[in-house]
Amino acid sequence: MRRLLEYASPFLVGAILLTVWEVAVDAAAVPVYILPSPLVIARTLVDDFGTLYPSLLVTLKITLLAFLGSAAGGLAIGVLLASSRLLERGLFPYAVVLQVTPIVAIAPLIIIWVKDLTVALFICAWLVAFFPVVANTVTGLNSTDTHLRDLFRLYGASVPQTMLWLKLPSALPYYLAGLRISGGLALIGAVVAEFVAGTGGTQSGLAYRILESAYRLRIPRVFAALVLIALTGIAIFIALSLLTRLLLRHWHDSAVGRRL
Amino acid sequence: MTASTPSVGSSRPKARRPLIEIQGMHKTFTNGTVALEDINLRLPAEAQFLALLGPSGCGKTTLLRIIAGLEEPTAGSIEWPTTVHDAFGKPRPELGFVFQDPTLMPWASVFENVYLPLRIKGLSRRMVRQHVMEALAQVGLRDFANAYPRELSGGMRMRVSVARALVTRPSVLLMDEPFAALDEITRLKLDRDLLNVWQRHKLTVIFVTHSIFESVYLADPIAVMSARPGRIIADLCVNEPYPRSDAFRMSVAYNGYCRDVSAALSDGMKDD
Repeated sequence: MRRLLEYASPFLVGAILLTVWEVAVDAAAVPVYILPSPLVIARTLVDDFGTLYPSLLVTLKITLLAFLGSAAGGLAIGVLLASSRLLERGLFPYAVVLQVTPIVAIAPLIIIWVKDLTVALFICAWLVAFFPVVANTVTGLNSTDTHLRDLFRLYGASVPQTMLWLKLPSALPYYLAGLRISGGLALIGAVVAEFVAGTGGTQSGLAYRILESAYRLRIPRVFAALVLIALTGIAIFIALSLLTRLLLRHWHDSAVGRRL
Repeated sequence: MTASTPSVGSSRPKARRPLIEIQGMHKTFTNGTVALEDINLRLPAEAQFLALLGPSGCGKTTLLRIIAGLEEPTAGSIEWPTTVHDAFGKPRPELGFVFQDPTLMPWASVFENVYLPLRIKGLSRRMVRQHVMEALAQVGLRDFANAYPRELSGGMRMRVSVARALVTRPSVLLMDEPFAALDEITRLKLDRDLLNVWQRHKLTVIFVTHSIFESVYLADPIAVMSARPGRIIADLCVNEPYPRSDAFRMSVAYNGYCRDVSAALSDGMKDD
């Protein structure tokens, strides 16, 4: 019973909030172009699905590309930085610079410089998403147990052996935590970049649908697109949490004894 | 009390070339701390159980790490005269090292942890499976090959660590206060099992400890070290044949040895 309640609790909270919203909008007679009620949004989502779905796919594609690029590139950069103190000191500040530069400020430049829009959007989203993976990978690789490192040295392990069998497994929990942050950021990066690009046509993602609908005061559709973006973010987070528990359940304190 | 100790276990013949010879070794850390001062240590080629006994911070661990090649001495020499250098000019014999904590890879099963030293040497699982299982059987963990470290008790994890150190069939086993963090009952049992393993393998054990009782029960020669800077201030011999029974721990002789060792230790403290 308790377990059931545990699973149901997020949905219960959601249902309560939506009911309050629905009732409040009805009671105060708020016009639909200010704040549509949940039921209106749901109906719009169904009615406009033919328009929204292709846009969802576009945004999803950019998000996944940026995420995979961050997962692979972040790992590679992290391994590179952790392999030499000199490289880390030399390069890390620039990774930070890329991270703290607001993407909305440089996205227009990237869109001008790069002809292919998909590539331009990918670069923008990647710039937002890659840093947590790099930072976490470097931290993970550098926090290997010193005695285990001594042990590898004692038996004359080579550099690749130490990396493969000691450092990378030690860094795995950190890396996965980085991925979970990066997954959300990839989505944010993709949406922000689409906002800046603002292109219509076949290439238009959910962000463009939001812009377009807002111009036309089709507020329910704005919300419908927002719902899709939120669901995508939740799906990414759940998928990565599952992956984390699957990989760490035997040994890491964060995952042991927890249900999938 | 002998201030400079040319050899430990001097009851044995010295004519043959020693297993290890340390002469005039000093170690000063980069922060200026003098960890070791004029260490002279000589172990005969025959299998020995040497205890390095001293107060915390006396440099026992540093000495052990230098012997293992994990640290360089600031001055002095360490030699392995009886060790035949292999084709790669490897300067020391096959060593096993047991740290104060189990130092296991939490992501790997017990089998994988014990297999690690052989894996590093490039031996395939298939080739050495039997060998790894034997090492596990020696420490009584044959049935736990597929368990993960976190599923084991502290004592069992330490046993895995010992099995890993033994799996390469080393001629020297270095142990750095291996059972210090365990409860007394578990520690007594592991001490007893360690002696059995030692007798079966005929290897030399260098066992760092700060427990007088443990050193007298386990060791034949005991090298007593002073507080920092660490020097070897006495070497004593526990002339009690192996295998040592639990009755030995209750005997008058045992108490006498403990008293002698204790006196040597407090002499070293007074020097400062």
